[in-house]
Amino acid sequence: MEKKKLIYLDNNATTPCDPRVVEAMLPYFTEKFGNAASRSHEFGWVAEEAVDYAREQVAALIEVDAREVIFTSGATESDNLALKGAFEMYARKGKHLITVKTEHKAVLDSCRRIEKMGGEVTYLDVDARGMIDLEALEAAIRPDTIMVAVMWANNETGVIQPMKEIGEICARHGVLFFSDATQAVGKIPVKPKEVGVHLMAMSAHKMYGPKGVGALFVNRKAPRVKVTAQMDGGGHERGMRSGTLNVPGIVGFGQAAEIARKEMAEEAQRLSRLRDRLEQGLLKLEETYVNGNPDSRMPHVTNISFKHVEGEGLMMTFNKEIAVSSGSACTSASLEPSYVLIAMGLGDDLAHSSIRFSLGRFTTEEEVDYAIEAVSKGVNHMRELSPIWEMYKEGINLEEVEWSEH
Amino acid sequence: MAYSEKVLDHFSNPRNVGTLDKSKKNVGTGLVGAPECGDVMRLQIEVDEETGIIKDAKFKTFGCGSAIASSSLATEWLKGKPIEEALEIDNMAIVEELELPPVKIHCSVLAEDAIKAAIEDYKKKNGQA
Repeated sequence: MEKKKLIYLDNNATTPCDPRVVEAMLPYFTEKFGNAASRSHEFGWVAEEAVDYAREQVAALIEVDAREVIFTSGATESDNLALKGAFEMYARKGKHLITVKTEHKAVLDSCRRIEKMGGEVTYLDVDARGMIDLEALEAAIRPDTIMVAVMWANNETGVIQPMKEIGEICARHGVLFFSDATQAVGKIPVKPKEVGVHLMAMSAHKMYGPKGVGALFVNRKAPRVKVTAQMDGGGHERGMRSGTLNVPGIVGFGQAAEIARKEMAEEAQRLSRLRDRLEQGLLKLEETYVNGNPDSRMPHVTNISFKHVEGEGLMMTFNKEIAVSSGSACTSASLEPSYVLIAMGLGDDLAHSSIRFSLGRFTTEEEVDYAIEAVSKGVNHMRELSPIWEMYKEGINLEEVEWSEH
Repeated sequence: MAYSEKVLDHFSNPRNVGTLDKSKKNVGTGLVGAPECGDVMRLQIEVDEETGIIKDAKFKTFGCGSAIASSSLATEWLKGKPIEEALEIDNMAIVEELELPPVKIHCSVLAEDAIKAAIEDYKKKNGQA
């Protein structure tokens, strides 16, 4: 194998900025440095105009009105604003929210905070493929339910939830529908209005834009949705998010959105083909399993468990060549394996053995082929070292072994 | 997380990987950890029955780089040691040698447990326990 430069297959963690995005941003650091809130001079007008244009670009990508886009510092802030802001705003209606166990931490931890503030939250289960049960969702709705929060696509598995069906249930019961669409926007068609989503979080750096900027879509009409600001100050962004606008970041986000809108269809097709190639190549290894519903999944993601191999150790065999991430406990601060995979009913052992591959705009076929070879080599090497692989090969039932848990 | 050179060395060139014949009376086997916890170590020693000295040691480990390095280092230390001395190997010595960060200390504890379990197994087989 010829030595290549480090191959990046961790695009769900973050994406590189598209050079066209950087180019669009540059003037807004220097000559066009104005504060978009400065209404009295040219510097401010230029910045405001740039923000308005970017707002149009983002709105066009998700087919909403530009006035429905609230810029934030990223998806985490958008999640916090949507959940806590709605909880405060609609306190008179009730105090109950419904979400899912496989949501991003920004959603789950916001919900935990809401519980501390006196709210009540139902955490829905998912099935083995990572999908929620629509009947369970409907059954969980109470008269005091304010909001249902379901992510569009999961960050670890790429699993896409049935957004349209969830939207119909929410509409039928007059409940707000919030979605963290961070992993979906810019990669697949995401049209909140078509599926009845009223609030939606997104982030620029997951779609080849810069870090530190994101947005919250807030539906303006039928129903008119409002959230209580979580950041007090100058009343920017229709009073929902104070703070001087990150003009270069917003310009970059807008540019990234426009590129995505134009190139998404072709890119998704190309990445889906590469992902399938990667997946098929790796599934040739025995005792290897794909995690997540293959029929409802993002085109660029695959999450694979290599049984009897620990994920972090496996990554060490190739991390000088390939960058991926793992659901293994050893890679998290908490020393717990991926809660997303655990919620899908995967045993802890398979969760420890999982690797997420997320392809991106700059991934090539050569890189995918190289990855197949390097990862396969790593898996075989780690299995040579693995006592449980040896036991499995000897036909020992690992379920019956008395392990000394620690 | 960045690993120390020593961990990387043991990980890339693990010493004494393999399996000893556990049906032999002078072979002691220690199997510690659990797949659910993300690490399983199997450490084996072969003891010279006349002298009580460990003449061979082998390991296989399912786990992260630090777990593999800890068990690889343990086998190196065990070889040539009388079993009573081997019992004194302390996990903190492994931590120091491999420069393990605090979150990886449990890997060294597991290695110490594996050493003790292997010796205990040997002693049991030989009516010493």
